[in-house]
Amino acid sequence: MIKKFFTRGYVFLVLAFIYIPIFILVMYSFNQGKVIGVWERFSFIWYRKLGEIKDVVFNTITLAVVSSIIATILGTLGAVGIYYSKGKLGKSVKTASQIPVVNSEVVTACALVMLMIILGLSHRSIFGLYVGHIVLSAPFVVLSVIPKLKQMDSNLYEAALDLGATPFQALFKVVLPEILPGVFSGFMLAITLSLDDYIITATLSPLDYDTISTAVYKAIALSTEKASEQVPIYRALTTIIFLITVLAVVLMNVRSNKKVKNNGKV
Amino acid sequence: MSNNSKEKIIELVGLTREFEDGMLAVDNVNLYVRKGEFITFLGPSGCGKTTTLRMIAGFDKPTAGKILLNGKDISDLPPNKRPINTVFQRYALFPHLNVYENIAFGLKLKKVKVTYQDSQGKEIEKIEKLSKTEINAKVEKALKMVDLEGFEKRSVSTLSGGQQQRVAIARAIVNEPKILLLDEPLGALDLKMRKDMQLELKEMHKKLGITFIYVTHDQEEALTMSDTIVVMKDGVIQQVGTPTDIYNEPKNSFVADFIGESNIFSATIVGDRKVRFIGHNFDCVDDFAINEKVDVVVRPEDVILLDKGEGQVDGKIINSIFKGVHYEMVMQVGKTEIVIQSTVERKVGEQVSLLIKPDNIHIMAKEFSTNKYDGYITKHNTVCFGDGEFECDVTQLYKGSILDEDGYLITEDGDKIDLTDVDVNVEVGLKDIEISDHEEDGGAVGNIVSMIYKGDHYQLIVRTSENEEDYVFDTEDTWNENDRVSVIIKKENIKLSLKQEIKR
Repeated sequence: MIKKFFTRGYVFLVLAFIYIPIFILVMYSFNQGKVIGVWERFSFIWYRKLGEIKDVVFNTITLAVVSSIIATILGTLGAVGIYYSKGKLGKSVKTASQIPVVNSEVVTACALVMLMIILGLSHRSIFGLYVGHIVLSAPFVVLSVIPKLKQMDSNLYEAALDLGATPFQALFKVVLPEILPGVFSGFMLAITLSLDDYIITATLSPLDYDTISTAVYKAIALSTEKASEQVPIYRALTTIIFLITVLAVVLMNVRSNKKVKNNGKV
Repeated sequence: MSNNSKEKIIELVGLTREFEDGMLAVDNVNLYVRKGEFITFLGPSGCGKTTTLRMIAGFDKPTAGKILLNGKDISDLPPNKRPINTVFQRYALFPHLNVYENIAFGLKLKKVKVTYQDSQGKEIEKIEKLSKTEINAKVEKALKMVDLEGFEKRSVSTLSGGQQQRVAIARAIVNEPKILLLDEPLGALDLKMRKDMQLELKEMHKKLGITFIYVTHDQEEALTMSDTIVVMKDGVIQQVGTPTDIYNEPKNSFVADFIGESNIFSATIVGDRKVRFIGHNFDCVDDFAINEKVDVVVRPEDVILLDKGEGQVDGKIINSIFKGVHYEMVMQVGKTEIVIQSTVERKVGEQVSLLIKPDNIHIMAKEFSTNKYDGYITKHNTVCFGDGEFECDVTQLYKGSILDEDGYLITEDGDKIDLTDVDVNVEVGLKDIEISDHEEDGGAVGNIVSMIYKGDHYQLIVRTSENEEDYVFDTEDTWNENDRVSVIIKKENIKLSLKQEIKR
């Protein structure tokens, strides 16, 4: 009985440590005052002020979506190329493509800065920022597509060729539909990575170009008059992002539950 | 090959495929396939039959040689440009498409020349895709062919193995290929379904009139379905022929052993149309040179059992199994076991006699490269074989072993083995035997029974009188036939291997 109490208590504690800070944040996003810890009055004032940071949100989402689309295309083609390449070269390409996954992000960021300088470009540019995010997420796309290729019946591609498809048609009509779940999860991974990213964004973005991560950091770290003015707005934004995430997770669970039930019937 | 004078559709010329690791999967295959023929590549796994098929389909490129389709070299043509379709072993249906879409896959990609007349009556040629109604009609016809009408909308994952197989066949034949390749298409089906499909495929071949190239390791399947069978082993064609030819006249012991059950004996030609095996001179119909070493095949159903003394060779029944239609019995003659099939049972232990008619004895030329004997080790660590006793190196039986002072073999792991009376296989090369006029010089004594001039040397056969064991070897010296000589074999030239692992 006591043992049960402690195990349950332990789980409860862990969950509490994860969620209490978030709940505090959510709670104070509805506070009229600026300071956490001093409750003034319930208000939607920070939600109304969200418009002030719409540029930052827009920058973040555009960067995430565009860089992820490009990374997904490159990563998928890369995975197909790696999977079908043979011999020693194929193996080394595969290994090389996976190093960025484990590589420290700071190294990638510094390397990209140097690359930009060697290419004679400004080391802080929108172009560099996009390149940085693509470089960051493409290896993860490769990583999520390759298992799907391995699962695929290797004769499928040959069957398509056999029935008259060109290699290009076979890729789009047969291979791609087969690996689509992997491509999709790769894309989602890329979006998540890009939305969250701070190091590469902070290193490569132009000084007047902010995404949510750099803007929050600036607001807290620089504590200028204007910046600290904006901090509570990010509480409102965080609450919205949190709600969207919860909604997405719940929806996904409901969907997979349904799938399990349907499969059970067949 | 069938004798009708139909044109060749596919011709393989010196076709060779070497893998990256240097293995020759297909080694210089020369073959032609006639239009409309049902030809089967038959062989054990790894014999190169699938690789050959993949090269015809275009998935693998030959490292040497050519593939001619109607006389034109297609070796470099990609698979999508070849008028050939394949039925894959594991079906390879597209899981994201339904039955209709799977079958229509090839048709939707197909482009055909259509001629129109414009307003001035001029003919214009256009390259167009097939219309939807045309595709519908063709898919429907193909589904009817494989007995799957009404399955159009079904997802392929809900079909049984047999139904998936039918969809795979329909998907291939709907494109009206000149040649249909089938790579062990029935391998994944259960026995009953396989038998049904064999007959259906045969029927389909008749109806469609196109060339079928079939790959299987199942000899019965090959015999049932094919017009022509190509037996392959280690990338090399062993024999090409009709099922009847292959069964009745196998070219070598591999083919005989692979196709159906057979008794295979090592034999020697002892006279004009006389062959000696299991200690008897049998009359035969094949004409071979006297003293030639040959393999003899006798099918189990061709051995006639009679009461003791009434046939050619006496022996004892040591095993009998009822197989439904017939009994399968094993008769022992000396050390040799002979498998016999008969509808009349002879009890185990019964003394019987066998009779083999001359035209049921099939003789095959043997590639003779080494002398092989059954032998045993004596207590002095010499080896007895071929009516003689020779010095030998027994340590070759166990890797890393040595002999101790008492004559026991000490293995690498330190185990002590007494080799006395251990049965061994003995091999002696053709160049490793010498003979001497002095009987006491060698390990065995016999008479020279044959001396054949082979261009730059003679091939001699020395036969012992006791058990008629033969020593075949090459020499540059001339000898006289019927000389009595002794056989000398150097210790290091006697190759030994264990018949079976012995108890320690």
